[in-house]
Amino acid sequence: MLKPLVDDDGAPYFEYAAKGELRMQTCANCGEVLFPPRPMCPRCQSTEFEWKLMSGRGHVWSFAVPRPPLLPDYAAFAPYPVVVVELEEDRRLRLVGNLVASEDAGAGLEAQLASVDPATIEIGQPVRAVFRQIEGLFVAAWTPDE
Amino acid sequence: MTPTPLKDRAAIVGIGQTEFAKHLEPSEKALACRAIAMALDDAGIAAHEVDAFAAYTMEATDEVEIAKAVGAGDVTFFSRVGFGGGGSCATIGHLAMAIATGQASVGVAWRSRKRGSGPRPWTDTVNQLATPAQWTRPFGLLRPVDEIAVLARRYMHEYGLTREQLGAVAIACRNRANANPAAIMYDRPLTMDDYLNARMISDPLCLFDNCLETDGALAVVMVSAERARDCRQPPVHVHAFGQGLPAQHHGMVNYWNDDPLAGPSWIAAKHLWKHSDFGPADVDVAQIYDAFTPLIPLSLEGYGFCGKGEGGAFADDGGLELGGRLPINTSGGGLSEAYVHGFNLINEGVRQLRGTSTNQVAGASTCLVTAGEAVPTSAVLLRRD
Ligand SMILES: [Zn+2]
Repeated sequence: MLKPLVDDDGAPYFEYAAKGELRMQTCANCGEVLFPPRPMCPRCQSTEFEWKLMSGRGHVWSFAVPRPPLLPDYAAFAPYPVVVVELEEDRRLRLVGNLVASEDAGAGLEAQLASVDPATIEIGQPVRAVFRQIEGLFVAAWTPDE
Repeated sequence: MTPTPLKDRAAIVGIGQTEFAKHLEPSEKALACRAIAMALDDAGIAAHEVDAFAAYTMEATDEVEIAKAVGAGDVTFFSRVGFGGGGSCATIGHLAMAIATGQASVGVAWRSRKRGSGPRPWTDTVNQLATPAQWTRPFGLLRPVDEIAVLARRYMHEYGLTREQLGAVAIACRNRANANPAAIMYDRPLTMDDYLNARMISDPLCLFDNCLETDGALAVVMVSAERARDCRQPPVHVHAFGQGLPAQHHGMVNYWNDDPLAGPSWIAAKHLWKHSDFGPADVDVAQIYDAFTPLIPLSLEGYGFCGKGEGGAFADDGGLELGGRLPINTSGGGLSEAYVHGFNLINEGVRQLRGTSTNQVAGASTCLVTAGEAVPTSAVLLRRD
């Protein structure tokens, strides 16, 4: 599985995710919440940031269901859904991630990629963040929210 | 009235292209040289007169090597536009600017690829995992088609775009390729049943929503409008040029924008039309970048041929076919002629305005050519006298 790249701008995301918190880069000067993380606030050009705790709730904005040809790790579990989730706090905070059947869907790539039947997914359905490990890094995944 | 110093100041006077195939023997460098030599011959201009080159990124051949091999003179202008397929038309625009401002007199733009033979770029997972890929690829959006599939599904949800409408796009391109002996899909018809029953590649996109991986090279030669009058071929003027990189854009995944369904073409279009004597209604034929079928309706909206969300309906009832509201991709495009990062669309635009297309639009005097939508993009409006 591909490991997310941890760079200076995005490192706090992964540190908080490891504690089970979904936090977004937030301008310390004007309060703009940013995704993806970057070195400067595009609204006020501040370079000072905080990491604001999100509710973890959102909606499925869209999704795709890839099939081979794919990289071998992924091909093994195709077709699998990949969702783009709009966070409740701001619709421009759209995160790409995986949809898992439940909080305790189990570990491993199969649970991450293929525990939800793509046919059951609907645009607009509510989801909430749960945390999963990819190659030792914690990232948000999503699970249906009742 | 805005000053428009670029308008009709430079012209394309030569085009060249190699064979298109799934596998060609010569190297990319050799193919590029052949295409450039053919374009110079078409123009009747000697290689030593070439003093400008323009290319776009993901081009494996190098202008130093190309200039040395084809016999260019001292080169005073060279540019490489970023973002792969978004840069195709920018090569024409940059050469036109260089010629209009006196930085150069004879310009060559080219594209050479062996994607039909070689590995696909998305399999290079070591070098590509940077922003924004780090936030998308690990979760399984591995390929450009996966990224566009997300956009397409949202488009379907918001505006009722249907698979049949995407099928109409694929079929329009295939119908043109069926009449073009240079096309990979020459004489290989596609029906709506074929389309709807094809295997999925990234649901909701199927096999026929994807372009063809191809080997081949193309080139054009450009000079000033004054000099063009004395060339062998009727000049094809670069009437207007635009590039577009929207605020808060991320290549291929425009999901972090206010409206991901209004992509870079909207920005390029606004600039292009502002500097043009013509508008969308004056365009006789268009060559629209089609790495994936949804890019066509999205681009039709961006360039103003229809309203937002109406691109799918525009393709219905033969709107994109010969004789339709806007015939597109008359050589077959990336979907059915060859996928050479959109450069074949430029050569076909020139043929339409020379009156030599295998799918000629009678009396065509204006042609819009666009580069890749969903990445920082570019477009040119070509015209003849
Ligand atoms: Zn700020």
